[in-house]
Amino acid sequence: MQVRPMRACLTGMGLLLAACALAGAAAAAEPAAEGGEGAVVNWQAWKAGNDVAYIPSLQRGAANFVNYCSGCHSLKYVRWSRLGTDLQIPDKVLREQLLPADAKATDYIVASFPKADAENWFGKQPPDLSLEASLRGVDWIYRFLKGFYVDPTRPTGTNNLALEGAAMPAVLSSLEGVKAAVFADSAAGTTGKVVKHFETVSPGRLTPAEYDTFVRDTVNFLDYVSDQSQVERRSIGLWVVLFLLVFTAFAWLLKKEYWKDVH
Amino acid sequence: MSDIAAPAPAEVDQDRRGFLTIATTVTGVIGVAFAAVPFIESWNPSERARAAGAPVEVDISKIEPGQMITVVYRKKPMYIVHRTPEMVASLAGHDNRLKDPQSKDSIQPAYAKNDTRALRQDFLVVEGTCTHLGCLPKARFEKALPELGADWPGGFQCPCHGSRFDLAGRVFDGSPASTNLRIPVYSYPNDHTLIIGVDATTTATGAA
Amino acid sequence: MATSDDTLPVRTGFLAWLNKRLPVDAFIRDQLTGYFAPKNFNFWYFFGVLSLVALVIQLVTGIFLTMHYKVGDTTAFDSVQYIMREVPYGWLLRYMHSTGASAFFIVVYLHMFRAFLYGSYKAPRELLWLFGMMVYLALMAEAFMGYVLPWGNMSFWGAQVIVNLFGTIPVIGPGLVEWIRGDYGIADATLNRFFSLHVVAVPLVLLLLVALHLVALRQNGSNNPDGIEIKEKKGPDGRPLDGIPFHPYYTLKDLVGVGVFLVGFAIVVFFVPTFGGLFLEAPNYEPANPLSTPDEITPVWYFTPYYAILRAVPDQRMGALLMALSIVCFIVLPWLDRSPVKSSRYRPLTWKLALAIFVVSFIGLGYLGLQKPEGVYVVLARLFTVLYFAFFVLMPFYTRGESTSRVPGRVTFSSH
Repeated sequence: MQVRPMRACLTGMGLLLAACALAGAAAAAEPAAEGGEGAVVNWQAWKAGNDVAYIPSLQRGAANFVNYCSGCHSLKYVRWSRLGTDLQIPDKVLREQLLPADAKATDYIVASFPKADAENWFGKQPPDLSLEASLRGVDWIYRFLKGFYVDPTRPTGTNNLALEGAAMPAVLSSLEGVKAAVFADSAAGTTGKVVKHFETVSPGRLTPAEYDTFVRDTVNFLDYVSDQSQVERRSIGLWVVLFLLVFTAFAWLLKKEYWKDVH
Repeated sequence: MSDIAAPAPAEVDQDRRGFLTIATTVTGVIGVAFAAVPFIESWNPSERARAAGAPVEVDISKIEPGQMITVVYRKKPMYIVHRTPEMVASLAGHDNRLKDPQSKDSIQPAYAKNDTRALRQDFLVVEGTCTHLGCLPKARFEKALPELGADWPGGFQCPCHGSRFDLAGRVFDGSPASTNLRIPVYSYPNDHTLIIGVDATTTATGAA
Repeated sequence: MATSDDTLPVRTGFLAWLNKRLPVDAFIRDQLTGYFAPKNFNFWYFFGVLSLVALVIQLVTGIFLTMHYKVGDTTAFDSVQYIMREVPYGWLLRYMHSTGASAFFIVVYLHMFRAFLYGSYKAPRELLWLFGMMVYLALMAEAFMGYVLPWGNMSFWGAQVIVNLFGTIPVIGPGLVEWIRGDYGIADATLNRFFSLHVVAVPLVLLLLVALHLVALRQNGSNNPDGIEIKEKKGPDGRPLDGIPFHPYYTLKDLVGVGVFLVGFAIVVFFVPTFGGLFLEAPNYEPANPLSTPDEITPVWYFTPYYAILRAVPDQRMGALLMALSIVCFIVLPWLDRSPVKSSRYRPLTWKLALAIFVVSFIGLGYLGLQKPEGVYVVLARLFTVLYFAFFVLMPFYTRGESTSRVPGRVTFSSH
């Protein structure tokens, strides 16, 4: 199912701003849910736990990316046709469900958002994500996508645990829902803040478990994108190492045999 | 004397030494051969080259009768000529002046090994590189051009060394080139579109 | 005038024709079957041939990478992605080259350490050591420039920091920096000249220096773990009593060493090519950005000991000077060590302790060079810097007149 990314983006932001207004009222009225005195959300230890060799997850992740990310983020080193080959997506499905209308299969994946506008809207260019998983690591991206929380002081209405002051709005809030983070102290700098717990301001379309899978699949896809040959590399590597062990064994036996001469 | 007590010949297991030497050498040679593969493979056309070499679609409805356009496919010029009925008729009657009238020695797909050397009579699709040394032949479609003689039926003439070809790309006697102009694989997915690089036979028998 | 050489095999046909024009058989006799190396070589003696293997790997993979890499500040980064994604097996060429660089330094450091253990830099092998030091310096230049070529953000900022160091030289500093860069900051001009130096000039220099290193080795023959000169005890046939022909004994033994090396090399290349960010650093996965410095600028691991020394000194000029001196220390080592005995096996506890402290300091500095210079790390870096220099500067004093054990007349050897 193709959701046009731009529309998703704007809808998300609209929902968010509305949600923020509600959150302000709600938080004041509702007592914070108790998780026990010392209970803390150890978000810094969250791990993506993805399996880059698992094709169904990669396919879902590709669809997620096209629907929710490719509006603003390009994958400028990745060709659509290569996605089809590596992710075992039939040509027909690639053309009908993933490929933009005006693109050839051999084209690189570009963002639909006009570059000049992006700078105006967000203050900076949404970065190309071809190498993001190598640059930041899959766990960081996982934390980022799950780390949005309500912050009325920000122009987007949200902030992010993994990236303080993120210019990116919480575009996945329609899926995840909107949440507020209750911090243990008021020290500055999000990445050091201790999160006591989260509070749901408004639910999203997906359950927490479903959203978790959504994020994992998307991160998995970005993992593949940043190093497209990794699965092939590991499978070749197994044979190479085994072969070299056999060779070394023969060489060692040969050496021992000749060194019998030496006393 | 060196401290290598050369063992008495009977003590040296020559068979074992021979076997192990061969085993190690063979394994080593196989290893080197496998190791060479990525280096040799890296010279093959990359994905970028193959993408640039993807089939070329041409809208032939825009080509006037008697007109020729040139497109590039896999770095080579392709001539597409919209042949008029007169041009098709001019193909008959000079087989005795051609080096390879039946295209036996020339390169073309099976469906272009006919009288007009084409899938459709009204369009000639031919590689615009002279089969002599690779220059681009020039269009000389008019009959009986003064510099080409009264019996010139129309065709191509190569500026480099003078090879001449008719309107089906067939080479005339007296030309340095010995084979007809090459025909690439191509097909017509519909009436007004030509795709160079997609074979008509596979599209005919394969999935639509 | 034809002289028949009894030690050369009698040849007929093609081999006779060949040997009359090129000394093939003589070479085999002189360098392989008739070249006697000490029979007591141990684990530490693999790393010379492994250095050669690493050199060959870098040359071959480098040649093939150059066929696809496009030098230039607007094309370099993209061309590396092209190699990784679109050139058939390009990813393998690239990972072999990046792993090969680190493997080269691991092997070279262990190779140099052997000299410390067994006094291989002592007379008459001082020039062998000096050529080796020149290879090491050329290698560092080669690796530094190679790292700039992908034009990632760490490539850029690493180049910025290191080239700026030359600015600390009095009087000529600033002008020198601009001359090296060819521009007012690290730029396309810098990248282009580093490419030329990395691909052509320095490899030629390296090959020449390695050749000189091998010729100097051949002149006196190898040292060994007992530090004994095997040529001093020859048998009636003129062969060293403790020597064995290089071929087949050391060609075969080295083959095993090469096999083990390749297993480790392959494991890294195919399974952990980034090696946790040590061999391929994360910040380099985004293009060079003159307006955005990475959170931590660190050089690749093999430079970090010297980087730690640089940062340990609060003053930039003094830090740069001390960093340069730390490398000079290696160069003058043959003349600092006054012990009459070569091998650590026969040297006293003071030497062994000093060497151990040096190793700990070197590795410690290496680790610290990767960390943020704050808190206890600063204190430790200064401590290790002092110990590092103490090892060299005090060496003439603690090695002169050290009480050495009796060096045996013949090498210690057990069958293996």
